[in-house]
Amino acid sequence: MPAILKENSAIKFRAVREARGDFPILSTQMNGRPLVFLDSAASSQKPQFVIDAIDKYYREQNANVHRGVYSLSQLATDLFEQSREKVRAFINGQYSREVIFVRGATEGINLVAQSYGRKFFKPGGTIILSQLEHHSNIVPWQMIAEEKGLEIKVIPINKEGELQLDTFEQMLSEKVQMVAVNHISNALGTVNPVKEIVEMAHRFDVPVLIDGAQATLHGSIDVQEIGADFYVFSGHKMFGPTGIGVLWGKEELLNKMPPWHGGGEMIKTVSFEKTTFNELPFKFEAGTPNICGSIGLGAAVDYFSQFDPKEVVAYEKELLAYCTSGLEEVGGIRFVGTAKNKTSVVSFLLEGTHPYDVGIILDKLGIAVRTGHHCTQPLMDHYGIPGTIRASMAMYNNKEDIDRLIEGVRRAKMMLG
Amino acid sequence: MPNINDIQNEIIEDFSLFDDWMEKYEYIIDMGKSLPLIDEKYKTDDYIIKGCQSKVWLKAEKEGDRVNFYADSDAVITKGIISMLIKVLSGQRPEEIANADLYFIEKIGLKEHLSPTRSNGLVSMIKQMKYYGLGMESKIVN
Ligand SMILES: Cc1ncc(COP(=O)(O)O)c(C=O)c1O
Repeated sequence: MPAILKENSAIKFRAVREARGDFPILSTQMNGRPLVFLDSAASSQKPQFVIDAIDKYYREQNANVHRGVYSLSQLATDLFEQSREKVRAFINGQYSREVIFVRGATEGINLVAQSYGRKFFKPGGTIILSQLEHHSNIVPWQMIAEEKGLEIKVIPINKEGELQLDTFEQMLSEKVQMVAVNHISNALGTVNPVKEIVEMAHRFDVPVLIDGAQATLHGSIDVQEIGADFYVFSGHKMFGPTGIGVLWGKEELLNKMPPWHGGGEMIKTVSFEKTTFNELPFKFEAGTPNICGSIGLGAAVDYFSQFDPKEVVAYEKELLAYCTSGLEEVGGIRFVGTAKNKTSVVSFLLEGTHPYDVGIILDKLGIAVRTGHHCTQPLMDHYGIPGTIRASMAMYNNKEDIDRLIEGVRRAKMMLG
Repeated sequence: MPNINDIQNEIIEDFSLFDDWMEKYEYIIDMGKSLPLIDEKYKTDDYIIKGCQSKVWLKAEKEGDRVNFYADSDAVITKGIISMLIKVLSGQRPEEIANADLYFIEKIGLKEHLSPTRSNGLVSMIKQMKYYGLGMESKIVN
């Protein structure tokens, strides 16, 4: 459990069912019908609480950080750094300087690949990814692997969409220089045994990056318990704004890594002969950071802490079960990804139809789902399908949303069948 | 052979009979289902236009001073829209194809299907059809 919640265990949580009312967009319409938003895995909606924090920042608190002597700049700097501390607590990191603000999960992975990889990867080595990865956790590694002469190997999955750890174990050796896997699969919802993966990799002293993009929406993260070396996630997928995300890394490793981007903020002294770099976290935060985004993300963390993470998870499981059984009743549904340990993501195909067609009809009915390959083409190829229809739920969804989805799928079946 | 705009106007008239999106889409889906638009043997990578979501196959053939199009898609709604595009453009003269203003799509309320974010391959397909019209039979998109 994140320290923030441990420390506040006496506080009274709000009921999860109250969350829906906090999200203004959920009372809007799409194509003339009340919006049913079931695409939170792509990007979550924002509560008024976060919107207010952003609004207040620009109205009352805006100034550049870490450079003004005047009070307003000091205020912005304090808020910015408080957000860093909030994020640290949310993921139970050890030090807030281990929290690097980036644009999102994608940038976090690129940073590690370009900084750590460029310095430490040796030709002839191996990078291990998994069949479940998002393109964001494939392409940055391919780029550096090509440059440095490494090979990429892939942890296979079983039919259910679960990683095959026995194979992974056999893949590990001294040659492996990085393991990068997601915490939760965006396309299937599989929750991966990241702690075990880290333990196994560490037996060979192999560093592990966990792509947590899909995890922070669903419950508490404890990076120390997971034991990973790097953990990345995106603010927009956890009720925060776009354009902000986090790379958390172990201080010892981050200290050894060279800066990636150069510019202001990340330096100590600059002359044309020699520049010395700033300390963590600033070494990796060149230029004016996304101050407002960070503050919005801090607000998202605060918003989360209003709810009991156990209740959130239980509620989402209830929605998942309700959605799964509802779709089963429609008939002709093929579920893709049926892992035992799964978040509130239902990926499916409607027999005899193309996901795109179903998506179009659902859109007309005011239902937002994602169709296609979900930026996981290797995974879709593995299943031999062009893509799926994916309904992903967050704590602001309710059973009426699911009812509308089921009704929509029935309609699509009728029209397309 | 009626000209491009006559055919477009005819489609627009057909669509004016529908009162809601359901009827309209049922019609498109029917069109998508009924027509075999291309010989299976041409559904190869040589003829594919990849959208991010659905695939389109397109083949053009010159017949005298006319160009005939054959196409298909793995998504039926996309295919339905393709069948209308073929109805409008196939059998026309190259220069007419190249210069065609395909206003019918907007008029029948299907403009959203041509938004690049739909990534269904239709935008690239139209580009490719016009390109064939220009007489350049090379493939420009994939
Ligand atoms: C598992 C996973 N990793 C990485 C990403 C990339 O996140 P972003 O686009 O916010 O950088 C996503 C987003 O869809 C994701 O689901």
